[in-house]
Amino acid sequence: MDTSLDGNAAAGALGDLFAFDVTTAVSTCATCRDARRIAELYAYLDAPGMVLRCASCGAAQLRLVRSGDRAWLDLRGIQVLEIHSTTTAE
Amino acid sequence: MAVVSRGFQGRRRQPGAGLVPPGQYLEDDFPVLSAGPTPHVALDDWDLTVVDESGASLARWDWGEFRALPAEDVTVDIHCVTKWSKLGTRWQGVSVDTILGEIDTAAEFVVAFSDGGYTTNLPLADVLDGQAWVAYRFEGEDLESEHGGPARLLVPHLYFWKSAKWVRGLRLVEEDEPGFWESVGYHNYGDPWREQRYWGD
Amino acid sequence: MRWLVATVAETVPETVRAVTLRLDVPDWPGHRAGQHVDVRLTAEDGYSAQRSYSVASPPGSERLELTVERIDEGEVSPYLTTVADLGDQFELRGPIGGWFVWDGANTAPVLLVGGGSGVVPLRAILRHHEAVGSTAAMHLVYSARTLGDVIYRQELEALAGPRRAVTLTLTRESAPDWAGHRGRVAAGFLSEVGWPPSVQPHCYVCGPTAFVEAVAEALVGLGHEPGRIRTERFGPTGG
Repeated sequence: MDTSLDGNAAAGALGDLFAFDVTTAVSTCATCRDARRIAELYAYLDAPGMVLRCASCGAAQLRLVRSGDRAWLDLRGIQVLEIHSTTTAE
Repeated sequence: MAVVSRGFQGRRRQPGAGLVPPGQYLEDDFPVLSAGPTPHVALDDWDLTVVDESGASLARWDWGEFRALPAEDVTVDIHCVTKWSKLGTRWQGVSVDTILGEIDTAAEFVVAFSDGGYTTNLPLADVLDGQAWVAYRFEGEDLESEHGGPARLLVPHLYFWKSAKWVRGLRLVEEDEPGFWESVGYHNYGDPWREQRYWGD
Repeated sequence: MRWLVATVAETVPETVRAVTLRLDVPDWPGHRAGQHVDVRLTAEDGYSAQRSYSVASPPGSERLELTVERIDEGEVSPYLTTVADLGDQFELRGPIGGWFVWDGANTAPVLLVGGGSGVVPLRAILRHHEAVGSTAAMHLVYSARTLGDVIYRQELEALAGPRRAVTLTLTRESAPDWAGHRGRVAAGFLSEVGWPPSVQPHCYVCGPTAFVEAVAEALVGLGHEPGRIRTERFGPTGG
């Protein structure tokens, strides 16, 4: 059974790294071009690092590893990130 | 039954067997850490291949052929980079020496690849000479899918992310190719005794 | 986002498994309805565990509320539901999440669909709707196993009114005197009790992964615009 959470659950950890609200950003999958909010990607938080996977094709879009004072972020699975400023509800 | 000599561990002993590496703690459970959904492959569809750099197949076994290979029972300690260690875990599997035995290669590195896209890289020398297995039974039972079944790589002398779950093959390469975690911060080699967890360690 | 200290000011049992913790968080910056926090517990030896929980209280409430449902094999929820007591402290950070939020100024009709503990952020949204006197038509469809598993039952009944409807469905209630709906939230049920797509409601679906995926798929199948469906998955058992 798929035990994944979604990008909402990863937002706390990613909030440390990004100056924008990650959950409302829209990522285009570099593998299949599916575009959707990061909030709706499948999140695997139990791994030795964090992985966000495309909800359409399953490819790893984002990988994050943290060690104390260092973090490594691989975004090769994202072709482009569309960032929305936080205004009130649309 | 022969007399067991206390403390005798034999020739192919895991380095530091019975001891806990620095920064690790002992764990009774067997935590499940996954970078993606658990793959489910029917045994009829499963195979294990050894391929060269270009992807050409050098050897292949389907499940029946693989299970017919000579297997070993091994008891090893395993160390996860997330700091838990389990000592004395029992596995049954085929030695990678058996899998690679007939193959001639100039390659110095191997990339293990799995269902679901996971990869991990190792020096070829680290999966030979009784250091690695493709394991399919754990503690006397068939390996559960959440722990990598039907078969996983087992390389206990390195951090356990190198023991790729759901392994489907080994690719022999002349130049090292960092795998799934090695390319995003995890140490390229991963020796628990030197605490090689991350880049630069 | 830094870690803040939360002190338990009150614990309120909601159901056999769920407890609401009312917390004092001195530096709490405020939040929007639907957002969540990360909670971190640290043991004396330094070992720590972290989980996300939706904020159960609406913006502007005196105390920050979290409603936690106990998962027996869990690491954090047993502590929060059975051990944490008045005066106990833990860390939390937030508010997190700008996607699964509803703001009071929005007048479009809203469909909230919650499964199990997925009702928690939806309750915050409903209470925010009440607090700001919103004129948006809001309908909560809430699926629980039995009547005893319904969190906030009386509160939800009290919140119902001309602009807020609550429909309950139970999936495993055996008592014959339950006169309400029985069965899973499926497409047929949604089209019977929910908004038609022509109304273009904003949909919020929250709960266990399988529930959210089934409901979201049903809504799309009924003709609702995928871009107007916001989901939050709690994992297999609900957080």
